[in-house]
Amino acid sequence: MNINRNIAISDTGFVFDPSSGDSYSLNPVGTEIIQLLKKQKTIEEIQVEIVSKYEVDDVQLEKDIIDFILTLEQYNLIENNE
Amino acid sequence: MEKLIYERPLIKKLVTGMPNKFGMKTVNEPISHIENISVKELLEKYGSPLYVISEKTIRKVFKTAKRAFETRYPKVQFAWSYKTNYLNSVCNVYHQEGSWAEVVSGFEYDKAIGNGVDGNHILFNGPDKSEADLTKAIKNGSYIHIDNFDELYTIVKLVDEIKEKPKLAIRVNMDTGIFPQWDRFGFNYENGEAWKALNQILMNEKLELVGLHCHIGTYIMKTDAYAVAASKLAELAVRIKNKFNKNIKYIDLGGGFASKNTLKGAYLPASDTVPSFDEYAEAISNALLTSELEPQHMPTLILETGRALIDDSAYLLGTVQAIKRLADGRRSMIIDVGVNLLFTAFWYEHTITPAQPFSQYTEDTVIYGPLCMNIDVIRENINFPLLKKGDNFVINRIGAYNMTQWLQFITLRPNIVMIDLEGKVHIVRERETNENITNSERLPMHLQKK
Amino acid sequence: MSKRKLTIAVTGLNNTDNPGPGIPVIRGLRDSEEFEVRIIGLAYENLEPGIYMHDIVDKTYQIPYPSAGTEVLLARLEYINSIEKIDVLIPNFDAELNTFMRSADKLKKMGIRTFLPTLEQYEERHKSVLPEYGEKYDVRVPKSKAIFNASDIYSLNDDFTYPVMVKGKFYDAFIAYNTEQVKMHFNKISSKWGLPVIIQEFVKGVEVNVVALGDGKGNVVGAVPMRKQFITDKGKAWAGITLKDDKMLEQTQKIFSATKWRGGMELELIKTNDGKYYLIEINPRLPAWVYLAVGAGQNLPEALVKLALGEDVKPYENYQVGKLFIRYSYDLICDIAEFEQLSTFGEL
Repeated sequence: MNINRNIAISDTGFVFDPSSGDSYSLNPVGTEIIQLLKKQKTIEEIQVEIVSKYEVDDVQLEKDIIDFILTLEQYNLIENNE
Repeated sequence: MEKLIYERPLIKKLVTGMPNKFGMKTVNEPISHIENISVKELLEKYGSPLYVISEKTIRKVFKTAKRAFETRYPKVQFAWSYKTNYLNSVCNVYHQEGSWAEVVSGFEYDKAIGNGVDGNHILFNGPDKSEADLTKAIKNGSYIHIDNFDELYTIVKLVDEIKEKPKLAIRVNMDTGIFPQWDRFGFNYENGEAWKALNQILMNEKLELVGLHCHIGTYIMKTDAYAVAASKLAELAVRIKNKFNKNIKYIDLGGGFASKNTLKGAYLPASDTVPSFDEYAEAISNALLTSELEPQHMPTLILETGRALIDDSAYLLGTVQAIKRLADGRRSMIIDVGVNLLFTAFWYEHTITPAQPFSQYTEDTVIYGPLCMNIDVIRENINFPLLKKGDNFVINRIGAYNMTQWLQFITLRPNIVMIDLEGKVHIVRERETNENITNSERLPMHLQKK
Repeated sequence: MSKRKLTIAVTGLNNTDNPGPGIPVIRGLRDSEEFEVRIIGLAYENLEPGIYMHDIVDKTYQIPYPSAGTEVLLARLEYINSIEKIDVLIPNFDAELNTFMRSADKLKKMGIRTFLPTLEQYEERHKSVLPEYGEKYDVRVPKSKAIFNASDIYSLNDDFTYPVMVKGKFYDAFIAYNTEQVKMHFNKISSKWGLPVIIQEFVKGVEVNVVALGDGKGNVVGAVPMRKQFITDKGKAWAGITLKDDKMLEQTQKIFSATKWRGGMELELIKTNDGKYYLIEINPRLPAWVYLAVGAGQNLPEALVKLALGEDVKPYENYQVGKLFIRYSYDLICDIAEFEQLSTFGEL
């Protein structure tokens, strides 16, 4: 699972997909996750990173990350190479 | 290092022509406390969901309304509209403030008597009055506001049996320039029916006409409509004076003042469009004072406003049960408050505010109640902060009609607490138990488990 | 003489094919001989063209929609004002006026001046009460009826003959030739602008308009009549010409004297073939074609700012007849970085 390579993500949480022309905005947790995904981190690694930084438990976070990735897939921002 | 506040990750497509987060923020600050009492603590102690009533707000709003009218008109009397909220604790706050009782059924009438209201401080309105109810009201010297000719004939018949002179008013309906025109209650002004009914009462020596009543509608945002209503009733009063040389004691303009809840389909929020008590008072007082009524015999002005007095005084607190995604990708949030407890969600776009801090990020959300019924929708489409299971929220302005029109449907009704003037919390209605509901049921023998 | 420096906030930067008056108002202010203005754009949506016109608008902030209520709007304006120190604010949308009128006192406390009609003036000229307005001020208006319910459409035949105009409370007007079309427009308009929807008798004739400014004491500070020469399929003027028409100016003076109108106004009239004028709409603000008035010699935006600052303004008495405006569209080129900046921070 990879974030599409051409996609531009800024630190401010603005995402631009040059292939579709669509832009998106992210909240801070979303920005962080998408940047970790871009660094090829696994979901487990992302979870550890977020839990160490934010006031959230594993169960809640796992549920939210799965849902978030589903949204990214819907927007065609993720290449699934499984 | 202290951890950061977590909100679920969010990605939002920026759609052309659609506002972004700066355009759609509808609430600024969380409501973490109600009169310095923590929302979380209230829910922990009294359970979720929970109705919270503020005695302080009730009294404050009442005083504002009273002042608005009393500074403009010499004789003013409020009568608390029982159907809006007939919890005894609420009614008694109003009675302490000097309100009479305005009731529309035998049940409400008995409740008022039970609250210690004098019979001659009760206005009995509406089409639902049995002979037994009328008899009681006549004997207690209550004011009966007649709805139709059948009721008038019933009273005439009862008077022969009771031998007491009933105090009567008629309800008048009329065109005040608003839509819809309520013509199902009372006698019509324009077609002469009201005048005919008044003549019948005034020509009957066994009856006493004391007042004129109208109630032009509900959630009326045009103060002009009240001015029209007041002028028409004043005109009737003058005609009565001219023909029968009788001064009526009061003109009752009913209720219908809007609260600051926004109706579905309205473009601007009600807090920006609804008239203040001062504006209503100005229109009504002006119409009466500039009428042909004799200055030395000005009738008392009675007001039965309910919604505008109580709505701001109560809150519904609750908890998020689940966040899920709908088939079309929209977000939905399930809360433990359904239309069973928030009946007014059928016509208002209620303001829902998180009880804990939240960021400026929002998502298009549908808010559902917990009932297993498709109609259980609290907000169809709201840009809402990112809450998670277990988070709390506050729905404000729910004091009117929810604690009377609620449904015992699927589940039991929760505790209602009142915060008194000293900040003490009292349970004023206990949460229901299974026994409360099943005690009045009877199971035929052949259906009982052997 | 050096020009006075003023910071002026303006909404309505949607200079699209259905343009808001923001950009033309700003052009008037930029033409002023007396002021040197810094323009703060206030935008609702992130593609309002004015946001990206940096020679017209110095800086833009996004603000919440009127439907969010005055409270959140004021909070946002307070923030903007803490940075920009706004002298005068000119709202240009019908739908936002109510919110700004109600906030006028609070804005004044922040040091922001406005020059708006009173709530009463604003309410009584609503399309839904135009018949009452016509009667009160002795102005000829087409027959119209406000409807709240789709079922009322079937009884329209009693009062109206088709075609009729179907109009929204704030915006939108469509012509309908039968019940079915009325129903279609009713649903569309009511879902967008709420109720009521207004049904108006269709008056045949030429559409003529007046842009005017009132000082709130019954005086007309300036007024220029115009005839639309080219109308887009959205019913907007794409070209127009100033007219010499004393009847229209008399009509304007009569309305302003009677109502003591405060602020900008656009009167929409139909002139029939037999020379009668029907008032069909009063817009409670300067219209998008106000720059024609500036070009014809009456800088109404400048005069409005002076009135907002509490200064006396000498009424304009003349304008050039036969001045034309021809609207054109223009493709701005801007970088995605600007869009990002606005979408992320709400300022550009």
